[in-house]
Amino acid sequence: MAEIVLEGVSKRYPDGSLAVQGVDLDIADGEFVILVGPSGCGKSTTLNMIAGLEDITEGTLRIGGRVVNDLPPKERDVAMVFQSYALYPHMSVRENMGFPLRLAKVDKATIDAKVEEAARILDLTDFLDRKPSNLSGGQRQRVAMGRAIVRDPKAFLMDEPLSNLDAKLRVQMRTQISRLQRRLGTTTVYVTHDQTEAMTLGDRVVVMRQGVVQQVGSPAELYDHPRNLFVAGFIGSPAMNFLNATLEAGRLRTPIGEFPLPDAARQALERQKAPREVILGLRPEAFEDAALAADTGGPTITAGVDVLESLGSDAYVYFSAEGGPVSTAELEELATDSGARDTGAGGAQQVVARLNAATRAREGAPIELRVDMGKAHVFDPATGTNLTHPEKTGS
Amino acid sequence: MTDRPPRGNALSEGARQERRLGWLLCAPAVIVMLAVTAYPIGYAVYLSLQRYDLRFPGRAEFVGLDNYGAVLSSPFWWDAFWVTLFITGVSVAIELVLGMGLALVMHRTLFWRGTIRTAVLIPYGIVTVVAAFSWQYAWTPDLGYLAELLPEGDAPLTEQWPALWLIVLAEVWKTTPFMALLLLAGLALVPDETLKAAMVDGATAWQRFVRIMLPLMKPAILVALLFRTLDAFRIFDNIYILTAGAQDTGSVSILGYDNLFTALNLGIGSAISVLIFICVGIIAFTFVKLFGAAAPGAEVKR
Amino acid sequence: MAAVGKTHATRWAIVNVVVVLYALFPVWWIAALSFKDPSTLTDGSYIPTDWTLENYKGIFETSEFTRALINSIGIALIATLIAVVLGTMAAYAVARLRFPGKQLLIGMSLLIAMFPPISLVSPLFNIERIIGIFDTWPGLIIPYMTFSLPLAIYTLSAFFREIPWDLEKAAKVDGATAAQAFRLVIVPLAAPGVFTTAILVFIFCWNDFLFAISLTSTESARTVPAAIAFFTGSSQFQQPTGSIAAAAVVITIPIIVFVLLFQRRIVAGLTSGAVKG
Repeated sequence: MAEIVLEGVSKRYPDGSLAVQGVDLDIADGEFVILVGPSGCGKSTTLNMIAGLEDITEGTLRIGGRVVNDLPPKERDVAMVFQSYALYPHMSVRENMGFPLRLAKVDKATIDAKVEEAARILDLTDFLDRKPSNLSGGQRQRVAMGRAIVRDPKAFLMDEPLSNLDAKLRVQMRTQISRLQRRLGTTTVYVTHDQTEAMTLGDRVVVMRQGVVQQVGSPAELYDHPRNLFVAGFIGSPAMNFLNATLEAGRLRTPIGEFPLPDAARQALERQKAPREVILGLRPEAFEDAALAADTGGPTITAGVDVLESLGSDAYVYFSAEGGPVSTAELEELATDSGARDTGAGGAQQVVARLNAATRAREGAPIELRVDMGKAHVFDPATGTNLTHPEKTGS
Repeated sequence: MTDRPPRGNALSEGARQERRLGWLLCAPAVIVMLAVTAYPIGYAVYLSLQRYDLRFPGRAEFVGLDNYGAVLSSPFWWDAFWVTLFITGVSVAIELVLGMGLALVMHRTLFWRGTIRTAVLIPYGIVTVVAAFSWQYAWTPDLGYLAELLPEGDAPLTEQWPALWLIVLAEVWKTTPFMALLLLAGLALVPDETLKAAMVDGATAWQRFVRIMLPLMKPAILVALLFRTLDAFRIFDNIYILTAGAQDTGSVSILGYDNLFTALNLGIGSAISVLIFICVGIIAFTFVKLFGAAAPGAEVKR
Repeated sequence: MAAVGKTHATRWAIVNVVVVLYALFPVWWIAALSFKDPSTLTDGSYIPTDWTLENYKGIFETSEFTRALINSIGIALIATLIAVVLGTMAAYAVARLRFPGKQLLIGMSLLIAMFPPISLVSPLFNIERIIGIFDTWPGLIIPYMTFSLPLAIYTLSAFFREIPWDLEKAAKVDGATAAQAFRLVIVPLAAPGVFTTAILVFIFCWNDFLFAISLTSTESARTVPAAIAFFTGSSQFQQPTGSIAAAAVVITIPIIVFVLLFQRRIVAGLTSGAVKG
């Protein structure tokens, strides 16, 4: 077990493209850290560099205090779980799990004992003599986990280990991985493109985009205080609503209405000399059905409900804002990654509100919504910076 | 490509090692292939420019393109050329149709799938000479079951046209399985769901075959055609056994062989060899240009 | 419904029988001939009336055949071995490594796959006479392995491409050196592909006739297909039909064995290289 430290780590490919750029990351001993981002953001490359499967072009990587830049994977003592599981098809489950120990020249009795122990933890005892081809997806995934834990390595590296499972199994395995990691207390770096997985699993989450770390923080920090437009749009489901807004005397004029800014936010914007044209970010839960919520004095708007989705616990209300959708490079990238691009839902800007299930909203009918401006974020369209981030407001 | 970083750090040590290992691993194969084909074909060109009769090796001399002139103005070459083209065209056409049928049977049959494939592999694997003898005996009067079906006194292998058709038959029997297997690989590329979709859209079986399967199989069909056409053009074994080229049934390969080993004329024989090489080159080029046939393995993308 | 299913099945049964007959009949015919004694050779029956092994005894008594059989086996095995070793090396590089000149290698092997062998016969005949390997085993092994190299490279690189290379990474992270990863993980996975390729190459070498009659002149290197073509009857007036049929059956046996045992692999090998284009 050990801490993993990345200092200014970069990866440049022979064709000159920069896959990872100056990553600084301090992973504590026993910590569960998630690398998340859209495909091509450099998260897997970063993981491969930690494993020793790809050369580090620049920067330093330390595992357990030792610089390992030039060590082959063999000498780094880390275990990896692959998306494809990479089980050896010609070996039984027992042989697969014992393979790292066999390579380390551990004696047979110890190998057997450790494999049995790992199999017991992962509930694989009955399958030890099967070949991987005779196992279900979930079982294969567990064998891959087993191969990693038998060695008691310094760290686990997991490269989208759940993305080949169906949705239900994925949720179950997620809990199991979380429990296992807590029990073993082994430093873990976990790569995923699924923000839900990132939010539920990690002690800390690293959001990456185009090879650059955007923000590092606990799931709650990322959700409540995204540092920029990209993180704000990437974390959370349904995603944050973005609206073009004009800043005028401490008020924001948007296509869905005019909102006064709270004092702290107004001061922060003034201090930073915010531009007149900004982007307002409101999470779906910043809205509430005015008929149900106590009057907090917040602004209200009236919107025509396009679609109502009742989930039992909540209700999602979709309505459209006038004017075209907000467009920046970050949001374009997110739309492409999430597939929103392909749904053909172009045109007007969609806004989602998450309301109490008791709401009496009806499709086609107008509804009055109260907006909690305390949860609003204001972004600079040019840089994507969150101008209302606590670091900026000083609160 | 243009904004590459300056040389030196363009390739990591790993990439350079990979490159060296790649060359090292390919070197033996490349050397063998060059030494046994490129060098001899050059030597064949050299020989073809000589008057070189093996019976009088001392009298070899440089004669320029005389050998080519002699070959191209000789009716033997043109007879052999047309015979070869006839055999190639007819047998490949029949093979394509039969092979497609066979591929469909192998792909679709409800039972005996393994047995069918095993049976079909036998013509592919069997030694051509063996198969040719079997056909020869089958058509020999008083010996063969097939000759008995013919009117008394008919010996089809001793007449030009019947013999040519029998050569085509032997060739088709032997090589249709290979064609069928290549087409089978193409059939496997046609998704079942696409065919179901076409069925739901109201396409008849024939329309599904022509409108959906054939277009999707086009790359496999072209590869199979290219390979078989080139292969058929080199036909030698079947003719050698069945008629030995008598009654104007010799292919260009038979003609080349006869000039080398019967007439012992190395110069003329080499000229024929070079001409055949050129013909094969033209066929391959035409296929690639006209149909855009992609060579197997040509796209190695990672 | 049941009736429809039944006619359907009957139709397929007929089709299947036709296909099997098509494939086997010529083989059956020559086998039948080989078991007939000279007196019934011309009776035209599909099943020998008097079964005899005379023809087989006859050919195994002459060195003309036994020597040719040894030549065939030895030459085909050695050529296969060399072609598979060289092919494996090149195919691994083609499937796995990035290096300039790869396309050139692929193009060159394609060219050779299409090469008319007759074009090589005259120069090889002369070259081999000059360097003294005409009518020897190496004289045939060299062209055989060359012409089967493209086949070997295609088939093998198709197999290699199917190996999930994550496994190599996994082995490295599991603590294997590059050599261990190759020996313990890649070799066991590649073995079936290499074996299949070896069968295909062997069939190719076993089958050749043109080089065998052109580059040999005596029994010392003549292989069976060539030897059969030069069989003479025991007397001047007797056709060697029975001997030829028996010899033909003998050299067909290995092919039948391969096909029966490894049908799946041969089909996979033949088709895998072809669809990648």
